[in-house]
Amino acid sequence: MKETSKTMSGGAWFAKGLRDGIPICMGYFAVSFTLGIAAREVGMTWFQAFLMSLGMVASAGEFAALTLIASGAGAVEMIATTIIVNLRYLLMSTALSQKLKSDIPIIHRFLTAYCVTDEIFGLSVAVDGYLNPVYTYGITLVSVAGWTCGTALGVLVGNILPDWASNAMSVSLYGMFLAIIIPPARKNSFIGLLVALSMAVSFLFSLLPVLSSISSGFKVIILTLVIAGAAAWIRPVEEEKT
Amino acid sequence: MNASIYKSLLIMIITIYMIRLLPLLFLRREITNKWLKSFLFYVPYVTLAVMTFPAILHASSSIWCGAAALVVGLLAAWFNGDLFVVAISCCLTVLVTSFIF
Repeated sequence: MKETSKTMSGGAWFAKGLRDGIPICMGYFAVSFTLGIAAREVGMTWFQAFLMSLGMVASAGEFAALTLIASGAGAVEMIATTIIVNLRYLLMSTALSQKLKSDIPIIHRFLTAYCVTDEIFGLSVAVDGYLNPVYTYGITLVSVAGWTCGTALGVLVGNILPDWASNAMSVSLYGMFLAIIIPPARKNSFIGLLVALSMAVSFLFSLLPVLSSISSGFKVIILTLVIAGAAAWIRPVEEEKT
Repeated sequence: MNASIYKSLLIMIITIYMIRLLPLLFLRREITNKWLKSFLFYVPYVTLAVMTFPAILHASSSIWCGAAALVVGLLAAWFNGDLFVVAISCCLTVLVTSFIF
């Protein structure tokens, strides 16, 4: 499987992307329902909320956007808050820039940029060798369909999902994260150590008095810089596998 | 009010897109600095681990359902690793345990 992944055709990558997008779509659908309900409370129409989800594709980022719109914030405040809440995407795009062939047509850079969310990034960066962006587009197509429809439906009808269903779907995204980080952790004990340490420190941050008041977006940025930074210093990656 | 909502959305959509676009647009060559390369290699593992725990505990209606989903998810990812299988296992775990907790 790992050997053949490098010789897969574009069509096969796209199909794999569509399939891998299904669990993301489910998770997004559940989360974006809540987002739609919040958008409705701010007074947005279903079309405005749909547009917001299509354009931003970010959970925390969109909740922040709703708060800003509701409070009648000015343009500068909107730009500043959007940058701070979504800064982790800068890191993800930086990591992803190294997964694209350097001579790839520039249109793929513009398109891939649109696809950088926590989940889609996680899948795309985990591919062996260079990333065929068509895979990312496949995931995004399915995921964003769930994300935008969920938001619009949230505005239109409120929460039509029974509680047990949305409750069960709420952990879908975390299951995906585990599927991305645990298999490499099994093969490489240093990565395993890193994953365990990251979870432990993240847990500490949620318990300790001052640290627990840090927003989750910032927590991700701070811990990523510190832990991945230290890891790169302690154990530099020897050989590029690509 | 409507015009200002569209204007606000446009501002934030452009801002968030720029955050995602700029690194992809300007970092076209392969980074040769060894530390930076290693750092970027470790980024996804740290980021996703930090985002998963302890957040998974508070995602569903009960901490115990979340904990059960975490354990099942870890086992499924360790022994199977298929994205869809792991995600569904976590969902089913919450579904079943939510009748208990």
